Amino acid sequence: MAKGKTVKHLIDKEWCKGCGICIHFCPKNVLEFDKHGKAKAARPEDCIACKLCELRCPDLAIQIIEEQEVEHEKQE
Amino acid sequence: MTKQVFNFKDYIRPRFFPHIWCPGCGHGIVLGSLLRAVHELGLDKNEIVITSGIGCSSRISGYVDFHSLHTIHGRALSFATGVKLSKPHLKAIVPMGDGDALAIGGNHFIHAARRNIDITAIVMNNRIYGMTGGQFSPLSGLDKKATTAPYSTIDRNFDVVELAKSAGATFVARSTVFHANECKNLLKKGISHKGFSVVEILTQCPTYYGRKNKEGDAIQMMEGYKTNTVKIGSKKLEKNPDLIQRGIFIENTDIPEYCEAYDKIIETAMKGKA
Repeated sequence: MAKGKTVKHLIDKEWCKGCGICIHFCPKNVLEFDKHGKAKAARPEDCIACKLCELRCPDLAIQIIEEQEVEHEKQE
Repeated sequence: MTKQVFNFKDYIRPRFFPHIWCPGCGHGIVLGSLLRAVHELGLDKNEIVITSGIGCSSRISGYVDFHSLHTIHGRALSFATGVKLSKPHLKAIVPMGDGDALAIGGNHFIHAARRNIDITAIVMNNRIYGMTGGQFSPLSGLDKKATTAPYSTIDRNFDVVELAKSAGATFVARSTVFHANECKNLLKKGISHKGFSVVEILTQCPTYYGRKNKEGDAIQMMEGYKTNTVKIGSKKLEKNPDLIQRGIFIENTDIPEYCEAYDKIIETAMKGKA
């Protein structure tokens, strides 16, 4: 994962049609099918926020949200 | 606007989602790339008019929250020409399927290119008529199977890029849905280009084309786009000239744009001299 960042995967299960494109093309193997055959983020801590899944999701069902962890004091 | 984080929900009509496209259909990826291109160009939603004809791909006009016209089969470019001439400040974008653009609308396509009117035509090439049940299209190519060609096709296919170039389009590019980022960048250039721009995007139809031609599911078809395409002038072409080239084939800004030329005619006519 990118340093000092957490990545959130917003997956709309209503919109996802379970084509598996995101799962196949994820370079870090973060995603997998849930028991309903929809995509889920199984290993979000491995995500590098490359957003390839978001770019290639044909159903516009994935949104990747990067959050900067609050560490302003340390950086200063 | 460009500084904001991209959220596609700002650009779509969510009440029509989930969309009607099949699982794994590449058209949704084109839609995503188009929305990203519009976002990065910082265009206002009211500046854009999407005109589409009939077919799976033409459904895009209903999903985007821009001005939109869902018109008749093959004639989307004619409607867009009308819109553009009456309101030249609008950005006209026409998403079309391969059959819509080059079979039913073939004549409109070459004449829009000849006029060099400032419209961006996105040819979403899935090499088949998906919506009507998998008939072969002018882009299917030789020896392909389709519902209407159970013993394989004997028709040769058009090369969209060559056709658009020779018809006079001043911006011609090609990409695939596997290269979604490249696709977005080419769309950005196409939309910004003043003149007729054609962006061909290869997109998979796993339901008909993939199934009939045993090309596998959506994932395998996308892997195919990765292995069967190269950037223009790549060294890999020497070994295998059959690879499909991606990138910008022509970008010509010297030819006058149609609406501007028309404005000059109006000016002359207003002076009352023939």
